[in-house]
Amino acid sequence: MPATVEQEKDLIARILAGEVNLFHELVRPYEKLVYVTIFTMLRNETEAEDGAQEVMINAFRHLKNFRGDAKFSTWLVTIAMNEARQRLRRARTAPHESLDEDMEGKEGDFTPAVLTDWREIPSEVLEKKEMREKLRAAVAQLPPIYREVLVLRDLEELNQEETAAALGINVTLVKVRLHRARMMLQKLLAPYLRPPAPAKKGFFGRIVP
Amino acid sequence: MKLECKNVWEHISEYLDHQLDAELLKEIENHLENCEVCSAILDSTRNILVLTADDRTYELPLGYSERLHKRLEQALREIDGSPGKPA
Repeated sequence: MPATVEQEKDLIARILAGEVNLFHELVRPYEKLVYVTIFTMLRNETEAEDGAQEVMINAFRHLKNFRGDAKFSTWLVTIAMNEARQRLRRARTAPHESLDEDMEGKEGDFTPAVLTDWREIPSEVLEKKEMREKLRAAVAQLPPIYREVLVLRDLEELNQEETAAALGINVTLVKVRLHRARMMLQKLLAPYLRPPAPAKKGFFGRIVP
Repeated sequence: MKLECKNVWEHISEYLDHQLDAELLKEIENHLENCEVCSAILDSTRNILVLTADDRTYELPLGYSERLHKRLEQALREIDGSPGKPA
């Protein structure tokens, strides 16, 4: 269970004063958060685990730079996102996978997919393992600048300000990128969100009233 | 002003994040009541977000935590017990 802000502050002060072994206790509530952040960006378990270890070591090294004005978890996520970005750059093979790619000015297609015969997604569809796999694959397809905003806002559920701080961009850009990321996801996943075909069909697929 | 579908789509994200001002929110809700296409887009997007948030339940690799703390243990010793100072 995550410690309270006060308990964390106290822990950090004690670690900085020399009780370094308390660092284990400080980061334990967030080890999953750090792993999932990097994994969602990289889709590679080995890289995510290795990256998470680096993040925690870096956090220890730079602990005295942590300022209490941000949450400790947000600070950790910032380090995790930087680690993920570095690893993405290293792993990058396709030139269009550029992190610095400036799509903001482009007339990209960020309109959603229209679902004409759609009513409501049955919960059993959402619970299906395959749907989860589809979602992960779709998230992995997003260009990194959109993926990182989506991960922080909709997966980690950081607020706009925290997301902006973690990514070093302004709040307006967070909003723009998040909207585009969500619309891209909706478009990628729309084909799987259609309800099953109506049971009663006449010849040539005519729906029997 | 009568909203077109395209105008509604532009605000779906803000709608889901409850960031619309009262006037625009009312117009969008009016539109949604009468437009199946836009309500479908809205609901599908909302469901995708629910699914995304659920993905935090992702299972960690077996032994992840043990390996992490073992590595930390080693690093804590190497960094000479003084966080913030280079090793």
